[in-house]
Amino acid sequence: MSTTAEQNNSLSVPDANGHFGIHGGRFVSETLMGALEELEALYERLSKDPEFQAEFDKDLAHYVGRPSPLYHAERLSAHCGGGQIWLKREDLNHTGAHKVNNTIGQALLAKYMGKPRVIAETGAGQHGVASATVAARLGLECKVYMGEEDVRRQALNVYRMRLLGAEVIPVTSGTRTLKDAMNEAMRDWVTNVDNTYYIIGTAAGPHPYPKLVRDFQAVIGRETKHQSMAQIGRLPDAVVACVGGGSNAIGMFYPFMDNTETRMIGVEAGGFGLETGQHAAPLTAGRPGVLHGMRTYLMEDDAGQILGTHSVSAGLDYPGVGPEHSYLKDIGRAEYVAATDDEAMDAFRKLTQIEGIMPALESAHAVAYAMKMAKEMSPDQVIVVNLSGRGDKDIHTVAQIDGIEM
Amino acid sequence: MNRIEARFNQLKADGRKAIIPYVTAGDSEPAVTVPLMHALVEAGADVIELGVPFSDPMADGPVIQLACERSLVHGTRLLDVLDMVAEFRQQDADTPVVLMGYLNPVEAIGYENFAQRAKAAGVDGVLTVDLPPVESEGLMAALKAEGLDIIFLISPTTSPVRRKAICEQGSGYLYYVSVKGVTGSKALNVDEVATYITDMRHDTDLPLCVGFGIRDGEAAAAVCQVADGAIIGSVLVNQIAELSDRPQEIPAAVAAIIKDMRTAVDAA
Ligand SMILES: Cc1ncc(COP(=O)(O)O)c(C=O)c1O
Repeated sequence: MSTTAEQNNSLSVPDANGHFGIHGGRFVSETLMGALEELEALYERLSKDPEFQAEFDKDLAHYVGRPSPLYHAERLSAHCGGGQIWLKREDLNHTGAHKVNNTIGQALLAKYMGKPRVIAETGAGQHGVASATVAARLGLECKVYMGEEDVRRQALNVYRMRLLGAEVIPVTSGTRTLKDAMNEAMRDWVTNVDNTYYIIGTAAGPHPYPKLVRDFQAVIGRETKHQSMAQIGRLPDAVVACVGGGSNAIGMFYPFMDNTETRMIGVEAGGFGLETGQHAAPLTAGRPGVLHGMRTYLMEDDAGQILGTHSVSAGLDYPGVGPEHSYLKDIGRAEYVAATDDEAMDAFRKLTQIEGIMPALESAHAVAYAMKMAKEMSPDQVIVVNLSGRGDKDIHTVAQIDGIEM
Repeated sequence: MNRIEARFNQLKADGRKAIIPYVTAGDSEPAVTVPLMHALVEAGADVIELGVPFSDPMADGPVIQLACERSLVHGTRLLDVLDMVAEFRQQDADTPVVLMGYLNPVEAIGYENFAQRAKAAGVDGVLTVDLPPVESEGLMAALKAEGLDIIFLISPTTSPVRRKAICEQGSGYLYYVSVKGVTGSKALNVDEVATYITDMRHDTDLPLCVGFGIRDGEAAAAVCQVADGAIIGSVLVNQIAELSDRPQEIPAAVAAIIKDMRTAVDAA
């Protein structure tokens, strides 16, 4: 089912050097080139290996619980008045988010490479939890790097990771968020490259990560297409997903690439509003540069220093984005917009109160934009929102905003 | 002939090895850098690697990471670093200066613009840590047009195929990263380095310098038994960190470390 050969579309990116148009590539120190070449060669082989694919599919079915449902949010749609809002329920996956699709795949790569130790960076903690989970299951040592600021606002996930046997390292450098956690994980990897596999949590970083994360996450879009045909009788008019590093969005978008009748819309974190500069929306408000091994849209100052970001959701609080999104923006195949903290909070409450589904604050950004869009659409038109994760991890943040001590 | 080539030719003729200090420009404050560069030369430095601070120095350990932060607090930009080099050049026409840093600040001002300004300031070579040869066509062309060297890293994990490509595309000298890790992480293994360097001579005639993990004169001297030069970074930056509240003491204290290294290397 999930062979990557089947996922090919007419764009066929990245090229052999990992380029998506001018974006992507492999901008790392020589000390990491060997490890990336090794990973690339292994992935090239395994992505065409039916046995590997069968193992991946089996884990997705029996461990993650796929396929995840496609749910018609009828009351929310009625509330907005206009188009139909459907939800791809990645929040129902084991560990509560789409992140696990990728960690299952990459943990298998680690296993095939015989690496006894895995490391990961995490923002919201969902990728850290998903990594700690697969590490526990495979008996691998696991270390998770997390910005000190995120350790504070995602305390529940920190404890989950520790219960799962992972060591969580608070990162105190730079802005103490996701980008700094990624720097620190890279440093660990350079130092321990012989016995360590680095599970990158989003479709970003140096080649081949953006490609392999996309391939592992593309199960989301493939299922959505089948389910749309079965439940709606046609493909949706638009698919909408939040964009942090871009993994849940590219997973949803990729299989739709050639279905140009379906609009693809990525929603970035608008923070306090784009005009304030306090946001995490590189595609909407940044420019191309080089960070974390890739060329891509970034938030940077005139001198090329990376800017601090702000978002109410830790998982979107990142100044870069996966290079395939930068490419899709450049060629105009996908559209990128931003939703503010307030809009996301409002969507969080609406979805909770009207549908009984509590979304992750990241996912709430996609819901917010879909609610806006739905108002402008006719009742026969369909939007599928990728509901990338559940909101349990964010209860503290929401309570704090409500002024409640927990 | 540019300054780097001239310097290594002279060293070879004299039967001496290069001592190459690394300091981050603008650490602990911008006014320190030029006096520090002169003091380093005075103490026996043959080439200076001047770090361009970056907000996300992924290949560096905490020591240089913090140096970047100390410098960036003062808003040090790549163009400011070029001004420092120009100021240094007013009194020193011979000592080669190599800028070491990350690609994004260079991209931000454009390759050609950067190469022209760097040349005008008196820079001799550029080492961009996160720019491997496969991605470097554009910057290499811009630097070549100005007669600037592009210096590449080679590591213990570099495959024979990539090593060959690096040896062909690099100029000035080659920088062998002596440990698996980030800057300042652990001490190097001299025997392993010797084996690798000896082997690498088959691929290139460029000078081979070794860096990462050289902490004292003894290690520098041992490395220079086989290599053409020793690059010394984290011990110097640590000293700067210790004196960051007494910046006027930095040049002399850091130069003293280089002086010891010079003595040890020359005595070996
Ligand atoms: C639930 C959820 N959605 C989305 C994201 C953003 O990541 P990406 O853009 O890679 O999907 C995160 C990241 O932590 C997350 O936890």
